Amino acid sequence: MTAMDQITSTATNPAQATPLLSVRELSKRYGSHIGCTDISFDLYPGEVMGIVGESGSGKSTLLNCMAGHIAPDTGQVIFETRADGPRDTVTMSEPERRMLGRTDWAFVHQHARDGLRMGVSAGGNVGERLMAVGARHYGDIRAQATDWLDRVEIDPARIDDRPTTFSGGMQQRLQIARNLVTGPRLVFMDEPTGGLDVSVQARLLDLVRGLVRDMGLSAIIVTHDLAVVRLLADRLMVMKSGRVVEAGLTDQVLDDPQHAYSQLLVSSVLQV
Amino acid sequence: MIELRKVSKTFTLHNQGSAVIDVLTDVSLSVAPGECVALTGASGAGKSTLMRMIYGNYLSQAGELWIGDLDLTKAEPREIIALRRDVLGYVSQFLRVVPRVSTLDVVAEPLRAVGVSGADAGARAQELLHTLNIPERLWPLSPTTFSGGEQQRVNIARGFAHPYPAILLDEPTASLDAANREVVLGLIEAAKARGAAIIGIFHDEAARNRVCDREIDVSRFTTGLAA
Repeated sequence: MTAMDQITSTATNPAQATPLLSVRELSKRYGSHIGCTDISFDLYPGEVMGIVGESGSGKSTLLNCMAGHIAPDTGQVIFETRADGPRDTVTMSEPERRMLGRTDWAFVHQHARDGLRMGVSAGGNVGERLMAVGARHYGDIRAQATDWLDRVEIDPARIDDRPTTFSGGMQQRLQIARNLVTGPRLVFMDEPTGGLDVSVQARLLDLVRGLVRDMGLSAIIVTHDLAVVRLLADRLMVMKSGRVVEAGLTDQVLDDPQHAYSQLLVSSVLQV
Repeated sequence: MIELRKVSKTFTLHNQGSAVIDVLTDVSLSVAPGECVALTGASGAGKSTLMRMIYGNYLSQAGELWIGDLDLTKAEPREIIALRRDVLGYVSQFLRVVPRVSTLDVVAEPLRAVGVSGADAGARAQELLHTLNIPERLWPLSPTTFSGGEQQRVNIARGFAHPYPAILLDEPTASLDAANREVVLGLIEAAKARGAAIIGIFHDEAARNRVCDREIDVSRFTTGLAA
């Protein structure tokens, strides 16, 4: 049995588990302007949720509130931690939240350069996250970095090159390797395919889909691209003006949207 | 296995003057294990809509829709996903696949999803592709570039890889030649024999008469504009 098979077989059955993440009445205002308001949902182990909506709908604000990058005004973000069971990450201490961000959580930024250290080699970018959780053996770290570069389809011969010498698609794949090397359980993704050309997008989506399935990851993906959510997400939340207007099974929301705004969103996609 | 109790479907088109279209009203039907039921009715009667409702792809506005012990009208997304993985298969008319995935993997995927080992799933996929006369040289390729008939046969192989207790078939024999049509009808008969409950749309009347035990004319549930 290979390592990947072991990971797959331990993935939890989504039908009978407790939520990995429970968001309760989360709200964030910017002065009198609503960022996002009254957001509640449960995410179960192995589930991938897409959040769609136009620019300014509050989807990125929501993602950043959940990931601890922005402090919400009210509400709870309860994560099922390995050691202590469910914990509200909003009221957690900063060091605890940072530790979570280095171990069980991962955040894939839209622009790879926001998530990478551009002055450090590709191998260093992957190894740094391992070192942050205590890895010290140089040979092991380099071996793991090599393995991950290969998994995200970057030639391991490029391990000592800096990401500045990589194409946009390669940088994005390197960012994914850096994030997944520590075996997180929850991945936040902010427009992971934004700004990439379509052939590179397809390759990246295929890769992410395989990794999510093989590692049993849960993920929350913010995007305005409905094709991305159809491919990757099990379920969907549609946001407008800071509120969730519709939520449900991805293909049901896309093929039989109920809310006026979801109908507009789905019917506005250009056919190719 | 499949039971619908007074299920209704309306479409509300918010961006077209909030037009409300009643498509199906008070649909009640049930299909037992080992039974194959054909949905009939003129084009536009709502056969495909009903099929999509039973798959959980369209929302029902009223009634109860049971597949085994799950009521789809009240189910959570993850329960429907688990149902589609383990219990409910669907062979649509069109293949929708991810680019870059090989034909063999496309067919084996439903088995991998329920925990069958890579070797066993691959062997079953090879057997099905062979039975459905997909040339072996095409197996490592993505089916995106295949002809319509080949894509449909890949789709059927995928749909019959895992022995689902309930199966929905949308025109499974359309655009197939006589030999392959015979293979598909054989697969349907075998699924019935092992106890699968099947609902199908067949424009091919001879095929319908051969594999179906009953017919349900959907137009008797049809109301309003869609009639």
